[in-house]
Amino acid sequence: MSINLEVEVPREGETAVVYANEYLNRIAGERIERECRDKIAAGCSRLLVSFRDTEIVNSIGISILLGVIDAASGANAEVVFTDVNADTAHLFESLGLSRHARIETA
Amino acid sequence: MPESQQKLIHTFSALADIGQEVAHKYNFHGMIRTSFHLLLGSLAIMRGGIARYSRFGNELNFLAVRGLGDDFPVSASIDPADEKDFLDAGMGPIEVSQAKMFIFFQRYQPIVEKNGIELIIPMIVHDELVGLVMLGEKASGEPFNSADQAIVQAMARHIGVGIYQQNLLAELERKAEQNRRLYEQMRLTYADTVRSFAAAIDYKDKYTEGHSVRVGKYSELIARTLGWSDERIEGVAVAGYLHDVGKLTVERNIINSPKRIDAKESAELNKHPSVGYEILLPIHHPYTDVPLAAKYHHERLDGRGYPDGLRDEQIPYIAKIVNLADSFDAMTTNRPYKSRRSAHEVIEDLQRNSGKQFAPELVIALCEGMLDELTGGSDEKSFRKLLGREYMEVEGIIPMLKNALNGINATSPLTLIASE
Repeated sequence: MSINLEVEVPREGETAVVYANEYLNRIAGERIERECRDKIAAGCSRLLVSFRDTEIVNSIGISILLGVIDAASGANAEVVFTDVNADTAHLFESLGLSRHARIETA
Repeated sequence: MPESQQKLIHTFSALADIGQEVAHKYNFHGMIRTSFHLLLGSLAIMRGGIARYSRFGNELNFLAVRGLGDDFPVSASIDPADEKDFLDAGMGPIEVSQAKMFIFFQRYQPIVEKNGIELIIPMIVHDELVGLVMLGEKASGEPFNSADQAIVQAMARHIGVGIYQQNLLAELERKAEQNRRLYEQMRLTYADTVRSFAAAIDYKDKYTEGHSVRVGKYSELIARTLGWSDERIEGVAVAGYLHDVGKLTVERNIINSPKRIDAKESAELNKHPSVGYEILLPIHHPYTDVPLAAKYHHERLDGRGYPDGLRDEQIPYIAKIVNLADSFDAMTTNRPYKSRRSAHEVIEDLQRNSGKQFAPELVIALCEGMLDELTGGSDEKSFRKLLGREYMEVEGIIPMLKNALNGINATSPLTLIASE
């Protein structure tokens, strides 16, 4: 299945923005991780994952975000989760994702 | 919502999802990938892998990994003694610090520790080791507590069931393939035996050498034009090969007589369909009606055939096909007392006897088969091979076949059109 993954090209120097959308919670969300790995391989040192259009994050989504974190940590890149709603921010906090990525609430 | 409650819901949702995933996914690798995400995501586990145990290959093969270094092996050797160790340990998660007692981990300890694996969970289903789950640290940095261990164990059990099901399926497929090959071998042996019989029958009659094989092939061509299934086509071909098996008991001098035989000899020869039936009946043919084709291949639609003088719908359909193929070959080959007839004469004869001796729709099928081959409607060259190119491509044969096809009424009252 093809998905329409919205990615903004690196801007402000070496920052890329990836929109999690609803795909994050499905196996198709693996593409988000691949896209982030590609950006990092292309020299991007800061990844912004936007949760603007993502209401909830399930276990598949968490796993994919851990993949993004894993990719970034290997390249000393920074990961920021932006536009995160309060419930999701609490979940990230309780699972320990906040230790590896900065979380900016909506 | 309190944070602990939210975390609990998140984890149990993953457990429910993994159960559904294993129960409903038919794509094994998709199931493993999704289950692996659910497992890691349930407790935010940073790294890990799922490996399947192959008892035949003495290997652990990793089906999914995350966060492990490039030096982590994609497969690891494991032997029955290791398997016994895991079975004895049971399904509970094993902390790496305790895993050192396993000979298996003594071999892989450096690489396991280097990659930050903290927990190993054997997947055991019906007392069989089906694989291992290896898990690294949690994103929170906290150790796996007993509740965490119970959750990952439950999830690993689900994944283990999925792998076990896949193993069963693979075993079933392997057995089915084995049976298919055996059946194919038996079918080939049967076909070889049938051809040997046909050769033995034809050997007895020096003037009609190759007759049984040709009748088999014409029967096959007619059935193919009728749109029969491959299995039924094979059956009618076999019936054609064996239709004259009863001739094995007829005196050679009668069969090879250079002149027309007398009434007594004719009566002797005319026993061959019934004798053929008796020979073929005790054999368990993979196709039905082969003995009946032998018995009734000299019956005619108008009831003037032998041995029983059956009429139209009383005659088994397969016997009608063999009858047409037999007569067609008799007309198109040289006999001791008669030269082969021209293609024009043969087509006229078929048309004239359609509805009397031959089933009209079968004559149509035979003519259509020839016409298709001549007009390029089919890539087949069977008629050319059997009859010879010059015989088949004689001038005027195409319009003649077309006329015959227009002139034959497939629904002659004498003929019952067989239902497929």
